[in-house]
Amino acid sequence: MSRYFVDRVSRRVVYIFGVVAFLILVFIAIFILKESLPALKELGIVNILFGAKWYPSKDTFGILTMLAGSVVTTLLALAIAMPLALGCAIFLAEVAPPHIRNIVRPAVELLVGIPSVVYGLVGMLILCPVIARLSGTGSGSSVLAAAVVLAIMVLPTITSISEDSLRAVPARYKEGAFALGATHWQTIHHVLLPAARRGITAAVILGTGKAIGETMAMVMVIGNSPIFPASIFRPARTLTGNIAVEMASATGIHESALFTTGLVLFILVLLINSIGLLAYRRRA
Amino acid sequence: MDPKIQTKELGFYYGKVQALRKVTLDVKEHQITALIGPSGCGKSTFLRTLNRMNDIIPNTHLEGEVLLDGLNIYEPEIDVVEVRKRVGMVFQQPNPFPKSIFENVIFGPRMLGLNHLTSLDEVVERSLKAAALWDEVKDNLGKSGLALSGGQQQRLCLARVLAVEPEVILMDEPCSALDPLATLKIEELMQELKQSYTIVIVTHNMQQAARVSDWTGFFLLGELVEYNKTSEIFSRPKDKRTEDYITGRFG
Amino acid sequence: MINLSPKFTQKLAWSSIWTAGVASVLILLFIIGYVLTKGLSAISPEFLFTAPEGGLSGEGGISSCIVATLWLILITMAILIPLGIGAAIYLAEYAPDNKFSRLIRYSVELLAGVPSIVFGLFGFAIFVLALHFNYSILAGALTLVCLLLPFLMRSAEEAMKAVPQYQREAALALGATKWQTVVHVILPAAMPGIITGITLCVGGVVAESACLYVTMGGSAAMPTSFLSGGRTLAVHVFYLAMETNALDKALATGAVLIILILILNFITRWLSQHFQAKMSGGI
Ligand SMILES: Nc1ncnc2c1ncn2[C@@H]1O[C@H](COP(=O)(O)OP(=O)(O)OP(=O)(O)O)[C@@H](O)[C@H]1O
Ligand SMILES: [Mg+2]
Repeated sequence: MSRYFVDRVSRRVVYIFGVVAFLILVFIAIFILKESLPALKELGIVNILFGAKWYPSKDTFGILTMLAGSVVTTLLALAIAMPLALGCAIFLAEVAPPHIRNIVRPAVELLVGIPSVVYGLVGMLILCPVIARLSGTGSGSSVLAAAVVLAIMVLPTITSISEDSLRAVPARYKEGAFALGATHWQTIHHVLLPAARRGITAAVILGTGKAIGETMAMVMVIGNSPIFPASIFRPARTLTGNIAVEMASATGIHESALFTTGLVLFILVLLINSIGLLAYRRRA
Repeated sequence: MDPKIQTKELGFYYGKVQALRKVTLDVKEHQITALIGPSGCGKSTFLRTLNRMNDIIPNTHLEGEVLLDGLNIYEPEIDVVEVRKRVGMVFQQPNPFPKSIFENVIFGPRMLGLNHLTSLDEVVERSLKAAALWDEVKDNLGKSGLALSGGQQQRLCLARVLAVEPEVILMDEPCSALDPLATLKIEELMQELKQSYTIVIVTHNMQQAARVSDWTGFFLLGELVEYNKTSEIFSRPKDKRTEDYITGRFG
Repeated sequence: MINLSPKFTQKLAWSSIWTAGVASVLILLFIIGYVLTKGLSAISPEFLFTAPEGGLSGEGGISSCIVATLWLILITMAILIPLGIGAAIYLAEYAPDNKFSRLIRYSVELLAGVPSIVFGLFGFAIFVLALHFNYSILAGALTLVCLLLPFLMRSAEEAMKAVPQYQREAALALGATKWQTVVHVILPAAMPGIITGITLCVGGVVAESACLYVTMGGSAAMPTSFLSGGRTLAVHVFYLAMETNALDKALATGAVLIILILILNFITRWLSQHFQAKMSGGI
């Protein structure tokens, strides 16, 4: 077989691979849209998005409570994770002695890969009992438990990307501030953090996307009742959990409503990630 | 004697920017042709049209002809890989592959399908000797090409080209990253190589052009201003601009 | 407003940063330590080599889950690697800079962040129902291919794009065909990045639960072919935690998972360092 023949064939082959990959991705998007159409048509987008009741047995499919569940847990998780992650990133980039950093940084990266069920399990075993005792009722499966577990899960992601962007700030900025007699903290506060702002924003937004998409760990600690997250000590349900819990048993319009849940999730994440990408690009 | 390479009314465009204008030039066989001119005048562009290296830059466009032994290498039925095999190239920055010295030299022959081990050994030895590198590396052929000094790397790149047994060797400022001693080595090498190869070299160094080349072409703003025997160009330039440039009064 | 002296704010900031740093590390260490200390003691050859009883019983080991996980890694990677790397080669080396290639890149970027359960939804409808693969390892693997494809394409393309242009030119100038350039120059040079991408994908298969929960069913039986259903280790943890009282077994399975991820992490580091050394002039 001549190398020219191989060259021509392989050119075609990789082209086909590129096209196939693209078609798969487009197909997924279109398919989810198509499958949600029956529910959207029959029930109406307003009833689904703003309906507060999810009763599959009565063909009532409002996802507002789950939407609220997802948003509230995510925001709460960010509120918990942000100070820690940012502190940890500054710690690794500026404060920690090299030998400590050389251990902590790989450990943080390792934690990104730990299965979410493990985090969920630890949440069930340790966090939920504590929360049950605090609130005095129930099993402890609650919005608060979900938020804390989520916070711990996104902590490594936000920390490592933020640290990267802090490190990417050119050394001369820092030297300039030092040369003017600024303390190290003043330099971090007034020079490094502003310079790394976009990267940190991107990190947070990436973490947000991850948090809103998290499924199994949420199912394990949030209690999964499709009710409004009125108190952080009470159970709720996330969009992701809604799909996971009901997928196997759903048919017909119920199934389509789950696809609509997926679609909403899809759009939510696309929105969040587009903002993240924009922030990241503008930095570069 | 017929010219080895002829360009006819060669024009070249990066997008809408014209980098070469109607360049007509004959490269004589077994001679060294030097191309000189200020930065950005199109020397590299011209050189890269001679082995169709510019094909890989998107949004470019060529007009005119480049004849290799009388055949236009831009004809559709011409195989570009074949052209590059016959017209080798040494780049400005030494660019060995991150592989062993042996693998670097053997890369071209391997691509041509030569896999017979004993003949590979021969090829490596012959090419490294021709590039005057053999004595320095013969005990260490397994060492990475990147572990050599800059001058050695450039000779390795030359050996790599010689292993393909091209007819023409294009060199784009091959000595600009080297110290005077390494430069001298390469220049001596060129004198030997011209017995068997046709060489075209781009250089910023006027002395180098005068020392090594038989023919010199002076480029300015994409145009070939003057092309003549090197001795003529440096002693009796016909064009005022050439004279200004070689006497350093250009600007 | 109180005007604090720079010295004081420096001290305050430093103690907060140390606290945040140490607290984060402690939390994360605690989680891993907790699972490992509680879980490791329950791991025994018997635990590893007997099948779980399934259903509401938490008894038995995890042999079938290990087998299902291995099957899943094998099938997923067998499809994902050629498809992902092939597509990345197209994007990095062949695709002209036009609307179509920008469209591909855009869709890859967008889908890279879509939650896995959404892919699970898709996989359930297409592979489990429409294509009649039922709940099976194959359906799970195909879903995972869709989930991981954007990630692998991106990391492989980035690795190839990072190979300096002069390497391509050198190969082409020596008379190599484009494909030879790709195979003999670009892929070897991009190998550290590609390997990292691939091992991260393997880690993704091991860690993934949501989209497998809805595409592989939860059968605890030993899979007999790639058309059998099954549960991976991660999904097993979920079942044990949610449907049984065998939390000790859940922890033990969690410990196995953590060890697997640790091993994968070391392999990644070792491989990419190995290739990096080869590339950068070490012998
Ligand atoms: N890849 C490219 N894309 C767009 N324009 C280019 C590209 N390469 C070169 N040019 C332009 O073409 C013109 C000629 O460039 P060329 O590299 O041939 O000059 P040169 O004579 O080799 O200069 P130097 O001595 O600095 O190497 C310059 O104006 C340059 O800006
Ligand atoms: Mg040049």
